[in-house]
Amino acid sequence: MAITKKDVEHVARLARLALSPEETELYVSQMAKILNYMEKLQALDTKGIEPTTYTVPLTRKFREDKASPSLPQEDILNNSPEKAKGCFKVPRIIE
Amino acid sequence: MELYNLTIHELSEKLRRKELTSSELTEVFLKRIDAVEVKIKAYITIAKDDAVKQAKEADKRLASGRDITPLTGVPISVKDIFCTQGMLTTCASKILNNFVPPYDATIIKKLKDAGAVILGKNNMDEFAMGSSTENSAFVVTKNPWDTERVPGGSSGGSAASVAAGECAASVGTDTGGSIRQPASCCGVVGLKPTYGRVSRYGIVAFASSLDQAGPLTKDIKDCAVLLNTIAGHDPHDATSIEAPVPDYTAGLGKGIKGIRVGIPREYFIKGLDSDVEQAVRDAIEVLKKNGASIVDVSLPHTDYAIAVYYLVATAEASSNLARYDGVKYGYRASNNNLLEMYCKSRDEGFGPEVKRRIMLGTYALSAGYYDAYYKKASQVRTLIKNDFEEAFKRCDVIITPTSPTPAFKIGEKVADPLTMYLSDIFTISCNLAGIPGLSLPCGFTKENLPIGLQMLGKPMDEETVLKTAYSFEQATEWHKKRPSI
Repeated sequence: MAITKKDVEHVARLARLALSPEETELYVSQMAKILNYMEKLQALDTKGIEPTTYTVPLTRKFREDKASPSLPQEDILNNSPEKAKGCFKVPRIIE
Repeated sequence: MELYNLTIHELSEKLRRKELTSSELTEVFLKRIDAVEVKIKAYITIAKDDAVKQAKEADKRLASGRDITPLTGVPISVKDIFCTQGMLTTCASKILNNFVPPYDATIIKKLKDAGAVILGKNNMDEFAMGSSTENSAFVVTKNPWDTERVPGGSSGGSAASVAAGECAASVGTDTGGSIRQPASCCGVVGLKPTYGRVSRYGIVAFASSLDQAGPLTKDIKDCAVLLNTIAGHDPHDATSIEAPVPDYTAGLGKGIKGIRVGIPREYFIKGLDSDVEQAVRDAIEVLKKNGASIVDVSLPHTDYAIAVYYLVATAEASSNLARYDGVKYGYRASNNNLLEMYCKSRDEGFGPEVKRRIMLGTYALSAGYYDAYYKKASQVRTLIKNDFEEAFKRCDVIITPTSPTPAFKIGEKVADPLTMYLSDIFTISCNLAGIPGLSLPCGFTKENLPIGLQMLGKPMDEETVLKTAYSFEQATEWHKKRPSI
């Protein structure tokens, strides 16, 4: 499963990263080397083995459906690069 | 000994006996930071004014004699990964270079409630991704034992600040060794608790199924004291375990007669530094002398741990770091197109290692590759977890070197990410299995660099790990050595 320049460009789009041509070149070679190392896993037979995603049993916990105070709107907006009328402001998306 | 070299429990006793005030003590540490920080660079933010204020509050509490905890008035530092209300929290990334959280992480709240004085926020690898603290967007932290060497990572600023006497103790996080490996490199104690023992609420997420916070301290007793403070269930973290918190100091000094110490043969491999191997073999003899029995155990899937880790952790990271889009907080690149704005903000805001991991993780999760990479890795993770369950049928703690080598030179591994990843070989399995792991000093190389001994325990059995570590520590002098800076 050799990784190509086209793969890296596709993944960068999925990851929303505007990589420069130099970065793309670098990641093609570095990812190829790293993924090649990962190939060692293919040697193991894992048929029928349950994957582990969490090491602790995740129990569903219910709580009372009761409103509790959340952080003030102003505090939340304070960190935003651009804000307007109590909202996060982004570049126009509708013509 | 200088005050800044004392432990939490020593300083706490002086405060309680009114030999000095927290304000005076805080001044001692701030002066120490002033004196050595230019060489060590362990902090991203030094919170002088806040610390002075917290010390005054602590002094009131100490004077009243009420509600005094072992941390009241004691100056500590915390990794810059914990959200601190009103105080810059960068995660050592340009993408969070102006982020001031509107709330405290649960850990920070617990530390503040206990009356600890927070001196500042420690440097780290960006988003905790790295083993040397060279991936910080701001500054490279130096190892206090040799300033040409790295302090380890990602909690390198925390470990260096403890070793250099720039705080009494620190709190870091560990996703694949990020507390234990820097502790080993800097000659201090570091503990990654059982997954779920400590709340992750308010910790900037890297790999949610592996991340866990824990103490970096000058000795084992301090480690237990800090764990007492930060452990416990938190309704804000669905993965935190609902179990009572024992007094982790209670078992210290009770001896280790009958404790079975497992030595996994897979950890004594080619590439293990000979000074490190000798120090660990000597440590085994000390434990034997203290009454432990030594058993040979096997963890047959050890060799696959790095491959599993760098698939699972990067997959989780690629998902967690999707939130940095230049909209709600952090860095935004100027652009008139929303999609372009996302992509440019992320490309300019993240450093090279973070982007590399986002790319790897996105690839591993993408259509057509999921089964071969992410699912396969999660299945092998089960095998690694099973290895430990089998091994712990025959022993109570497992002992290994923390890292195959002492601290390496700054710049030595930067060009080759895979070589850097391989330096985590002994610490990673612990996170994959979710078990507790501790590193404590067990010797020095011929070049006078600290060596760390790793102790792994059964899930939720930090008590046995701490008890065994304490028994070793008290029989040796390694923890008393301090670097000359």
